[in-house]
Amino acid sequence: MPAARAATGYASAPGLRAAELLPWAAALVVFFAAPTYVPLGGYVLIIILFALSLDLILGYGGIVTLGHSAYFGLGAYAAGIFAVRVGGDPLAGLAAATAAAALFGLATGAVVLRTRGLALLMLTLAIASIVFEVANKWTEVTGGADGLSDVPVGPILGVFEFDFRGRTAFLYSLAVLAAGWWLVRTIVGSPFGVALAGTRENDVRMQAVGAPVYRRRLRAYTLSAALAGAAGALLTQTTQFVGLSTVSFELSGEILVMLVLGGSGRLYGAFVGPLVYIVARDYLAKQSPEYWTLGIGVLLVLIVLFARGGILGLADRALEALRGSRA
Amino acid sequence: MHALADSLISIAFHGLAYGMILYAISVGLSVTMGLMGFVNLAHGVFAMAGGYLMITATQKLGLPWLPALAASCVAVALASAVLERTLYARLYRAGELEQVLFTIGLIFISVALARLAYGPLPQAAPLPEVLKGQIALGERQFPAYRVAVIASSAVLIAVLWAGLERTRWGAMVRAAVDNGPMAESVGINTRRLFTLTFALGSGLAALGGALGADLIAITPVYPFEQLVTFLIVVALGGLGTLRGPFLGALLIGLSDTAFKYAVPQFGAFFIYAATMALLLWRPRGLLGRA
Repeated sequence: MPAARAATGYASAPGLRAAELLPWAAALVVFFAAPTYVPLGGYVLIIILFALSLDLILGYGGIVTLGHSAYFGLGAYAAGIFAVRVGGDPLAGLAAATAAAALFGLATGAVVLRTRGLALLMLTLAIASIVFEVANKWTEVTGGADGLSDVPVGPILGVFEFDFRGRTAFLYSLAVLAAGWWLVRTIVGSPFGVALAGTRENDVRMQAVGAPVYRRRLRAYTLSAALAGAAGALLTQTTQFVGLSTVSFELSGEILVMLVLGGSGRLYGAFVGPLVYIVARDYLAKQSPEYWTLGIGVLLVLIVLFARGGILGLADRALEALRGSRA
Repeated sequence: MHALADSLISIAFHGLAYGMILYAISVGLSVTMGLMGFVNLAHGVFAMAGGYLMITATQKLGLPWLPALAASCVAVALASAVLERTLYARLYRAGELEQVLFTIGLIFISVALARLAYGPLPQAAPLPEVLKGQIALGERQFPAYRVAVIASSAVLIAVLWAGLERTRWGAMVRAAVDNGPMAESVGINTRRLFTLTFALGSGLAALGGALGADLIAITPVYPFEQLVTFLIVVALGGLGTLRGPFLGALLIGLSDTAFKYAVPQFGAFFIYAATMALLLWRPRGLLGRA
């Protein structure tokens, strides 16, 4: 297992494989051929960016966090507050929210990453709880339990207006996701990314060979927080609403579930997991929310017991078995 | 001045009752985490199960209050032993992430089952007449039920501590917490010890959940909503001891009650902030060993 996972650290070396274009082609097909799914699709793209940010620290850095919604929610609220108080330019709001989440990630990461194990888990949980409590109680700024609705959003670059069918929102999210994907892809293929995967496998040994483990982790954590914040900002801008669900513990748990469902520590697990999870939820949860929750629980237990690589891990194994039977 | 004394006594009383409930629920979590190094986020499920079984036992089966309480705890303890043998035991050697995901999965399952069986609204078992009124202690009146909670928890704590310090089982648990492989090599059956301890901890959680239903409402999302509190109690006190979570539970019970009384507009903010500060100062908790 560790050997296989270590190998994925190098798998996405610079050359672009044809299969890597698949998600983007699929997104464009949805955009042109299935207009009724464009709003849901836009939401999926945003959550993929969020999952990608978690993959960077969890899948590659080996940092198990129960509070990643803190950065997503911070970005979401920052974008909302920026739009209300400063102005509705979406790119300026996105930049401000990303910067705010990065700063918060740097500050909290510097604290969290000094610990290990249960203490680390607890600190991430405590930070997310604090952010939730602030969003909940600081009513004048955050809107409290009602959240901020009718957040003003201007046209992108002063040209592209957001429309009711979610087409602009979809393309906007797609563009930001592509930028985030390119960034993460470059990082995990770089020496820095390989060293980060090394700290996941054995941080004591990395320390022993002279790698600055804490600084590497902190840098990855800050980047991850920034990407999560950008995803949160996208959600606020495309729905013109931000509420407490963006900072909830449930969301931190759900994003973990989605990433692991797709397969963590492999770039495209963050694409597959949210897509499958959200589409399935859209169908099943409407019919019976109880059975949906039950199903997700059973699925999680089964993944942990039998399929630790998630959907993509299973696909890998199936492909290997096919090749094996042919040879 | 009199008003101040009144509110101080009231905070101390209700904080103590809350702390005692938190202790009953969390002590099992602390011991299993210390013994097996297992991050069991689903511990609150057992407390919720205790609360719901109590409702079924008193309302559907018509059992009297005390036998219903005992039956609920025993049922949860037995069920948890089965879970431990069949599922938890497979993951003792797995990484933190696997344990976290597995127990989140269990929470999802229990939330769904609870909602299917009992509906989404909070519920409570009816109290016996004896515990309904007020009890006069000195010049003041206190709710009889909470007095009973504090008193019975005190007895429970005494029994637990005596059990861990004075019995053979207690000595084996302490040995296994200190050094698992060594305990095994001197002939202690750690597998059986784990199962027994796990079942006992879950039974106590069920007791806490059932007794504390008027302090922590029994709803299907209980395991999610209370998870942070239980984990904070355990992390504050330190793993693998009885005293650690006791200290943690008292601190949280009293300070949470005090802060919510004095500065309700800040909610639970101070608790989380204090937890952070404390964990940075002592990552292994107040009584945890380095």
